[in-house]
Amino acid sequence: MRNSLTRLGNITIVGLKSIQRNKMRSLLTALGVVIGVACVIVSVAIGAGVAQSVSEMINSLGSNYIMIMPGAATQGGARIFTGQSNLTEEDAEAIRREAPAVAYVSPQNRTAAQVVAAELNWSTQIFGVGVDWPFIRSWNVEEGGFFTDQDVRSGAKVAVLGKTVADNLFPAGDAVGSTLRIKNVPFKVVGVLEKKGGNMMGSDQDDVIVAPFTTVQKRLQGQGSRIGMIMVSAASAEQVSEAQDQIDALLRQRHRIPPGGDADFMMRSQEEIAQANQQQVGLMRNLLLGIAIVSLFVGGIGIMNIMLVSVTERTREIGIRMAIGARGRHVLLQFLFEAIVLSVFGGLIGILLGVGVATGFARIAKWPIVVSPMAIIVAFAVAATIGIFFGFYPARKAARLDPIDALRYE
Amino acid sequence: MANVVTRPVIEIQKLVKVYKLGEVEVRALDGVDLRIDEGDFVAIMGPSGSGKSTLMNIIGCLDRPTSGSYVLDGSDVSALSRDQRAIIRNAKIGFVFQSFNLLARTSSLENVELPLLYADITLTRSQRKEAAREALHRVGLAGREGNHPSQLSGGQQQRVAIARALVTSPAILLADEPTGNLDSRTSIEIMGIFQDLNDEGKTIVLITHEPDIARHAKRVVHVKDGLIQNDERIEQDRVERQGIAAPR
Repeated sequence: MRNSLTRLGNITIVGLKSIQRNKMRSLLTALGVVIGVACVIVSVAIGAGVAQSVSEMINSLGSNYIMIMPGAATQGGARIFTGQSNLTEEDAEAIRREAPAVAYVSPQNRTAAQVVAAELNWSTQIFGVGVDWPFIRSWNVEEGGFFTDQDVRSGAKVAVLGKTVADNLFPAGDAVGSTLRIKNVPFKVVGVLEKKGGNMMGSDQDDVIVAPFTTVQKRLQGQGSRIGMIMVSAASAEQVSEAQDQIDALLRQRHRIPPGGDADFMMRSQEEIAQANQQQVGLMRNLLLGIAIVSLFVGGIGIMNIMLVSVTERTREIGIRMAIGARGRHVLLQFLFEAIVLSVFGGLIGILLGVGVATGFARIAKWPIVVSPMAIIVAFAVAATIGIFFGFYPARKAARLDPIDALRYE
Repeated sequence: MANVVTRPVIEIQKLVKVYKLGEVEVRALDGVDLRIDEGDFVAIMGPSGSGKSTLMNIIGCLDRPTSGSYVLDGSDVSALSRDQRAIIRNAKIGFVFQSFNLLARTSSLENVELPLLYADITLTRSQRKEAAREALHRVGLAGREGNHPSQLSGGQQQRVAIARALVTSPAILLADEPTGNLDSRTSIEIMGIFQDLNDEGKTIVLITHEPDIARHAKRVVHVKDGLIQNDERIEQDRVERQGIAAPR
C-alpha cells in the first residue's frame, strides 16, 4: 500500500515534468479553460450584481408601492400602449378621496430639459409630482423643504433639486433660494433632496429636478390635465391588494369600463414589479451562464484535443515507459494527471482573470458587480472535472497502446 | 574468465508464435527451444523475417507466445497478463534499443531513474538518484548526469540507455541491435561495456545481424524461418580496454 502510494507520487511527478517540458503547449491548452472559467465568474458576477441592484431598487420603492400606468394591460394577450395617456389629475384625486386603503397618491410626469443657473447649465430630467411624492419614494429633503399643496394647486414655479443637479449648478452650495431656468421658465429652488445613488442601470438617481406636476404640465409639457403615471402608497403592506382592488374598481367606474372589459390602465404593485424584474434578470443571468458554460465546455474539448495529439506525438515515449515497466494504469494516471493539472492550473488563472475583469468592469463601467465565492468554487470544480472528463479518453488511449507498436512508432 | 555455468536464466521450450494477417497465418516462431544460463553472453542472429524480432519480443516479455513455455529467472512468464508482464519487464529485464529510446528534454539522471519510478520496490527520491548516479558511473558517464540526450553523442546516449537498463539490477540485459545507429569505433566501445558487464556476471542477450558485433559474444544462436538453425560457443572477440570505459 505504501509502495503504491509512493509510486502514485512518482507518477504525478512524471506528469508535472512533461507539462514543464512543453510549457507553450501546456499554456495554450490551459487557455481554453482559463477563458471558460473567467467567463463563468464574470457572467455570474454581472448577473448577481444586476439582480442585487434591481432588487435593492425595487425594495427601495417600499413594499406598499403601487404604480398605475396608462394603456391597456393586455388585449388578446398582447400588451398595447396607445401613446395617449388616459390618466388624469382627477383620477389621482379620486383615488386619494375614495380608496380608504391608500395612504399617499402622487401623479408623476416626466420630461427632460436643459437647465440653466447663472452661467452654468446642466441637462437633466424633471419629474412633475404631487406633495405625497417624497413619502411614496421615501426620499427626504436634505436642505430647505418640499413644495406645498398650495404650490401644486397654483402651479407655482418652484423646484426641488436632486443632489447631483444641485452640486453641478450650484457648486457653492447656495442652491436653496436661488433661481434656475428650465426651458426659459424661471423656477425658484426651495429644497435639495438627500443623496440616493445609482440605480440598477447605473444611472444616477440624484440627477433629477422635482417640481409640482401642475407647473410641469402647463409650463414645460403643455399636455392639459393628462398625467404620465400615478404613484400610490397603500396604508400598509397588508393592504396592498385591497388598495389595488379599490383603485381598479374606482378607475373602471371613472373610465366607464364594464366589469370584465379590458382596462385602459395598468397597475403593478412593488411585488409584481419585483417578480417581473426577477424573471428578466434571471433570464439574462441564465443566458450569460449558458454562454459561459459553453465556453468552458469548448475549453475542455481543447484539452482533449491537445491531449490526443500529445498521446500520438508521444507514442514512442509511452512505448519506452511501458517497455521499462510502466503498467497501463501508470500511463493512464500520468496522462490523466497532466490533463487535470492543466485544467486546474487553467482554472486558477481563470479565477484570477475573471475576478480581475469583473472588478475592472465594476470600476470602469460602474457596473454593479458581485463576485460570488460560490461561483469561484463551482467554476473551479467544473474546471477540474472537465480535466478528468476530457482527459480520460486520451489517457485511456495511451494506456491501451501496445508497447511493441508504440516502440516502433516513428 | 570465470565460466561457471550453473543456473538457467532463460528456459524456452517448443515456443510457437503465430500471427494472423487477415486469413493468412504466419508462423513467426515454429517450436524454438533455447536455454540461456546465468552469466552467459548470447548473440541471436538472423536475417529479417527470420523470427528473430519475435523471439526478442517474447524474451523481453513484450509479447506472449501462442504456445510453448518460457521460464524466466525461475518463473513461468509465458501466460502472464499485460500488467504482470510489465512488472516482469521492470524487475527482470533491462532493455537496450537500437535507437537508444531516451526521453528527450530529460536529463541523463532522470532517464536512468525512470524504471525505478515504476518499480514494485519503491525507493526514496535520494535512493533513486543515488542508484541512477551509480549506474551512470558504471557505464563511464559520471559527470554527465545533467546532460539532455541532445547534448550527448550517440555512444554516450547508448551508455545512458545501458545505465537505465542496469539500474533495476535485472536478470538479463536484452539488447536489440544496440550498435545499429553507431559508427564502428563507438560500436566496439559499446561492445566493450557489454563485455565488462558480462565479466561482472550479468547475463546478456544481444540481437544483431552483424557478424562483427556477434563475435563479441560467447555464444551465437542463428534463427531462420522461425527455428533455431545453429547454436554454437565461439571464441570471444575481446575489446581491449582498461577496465570500464572512460567517457570520450
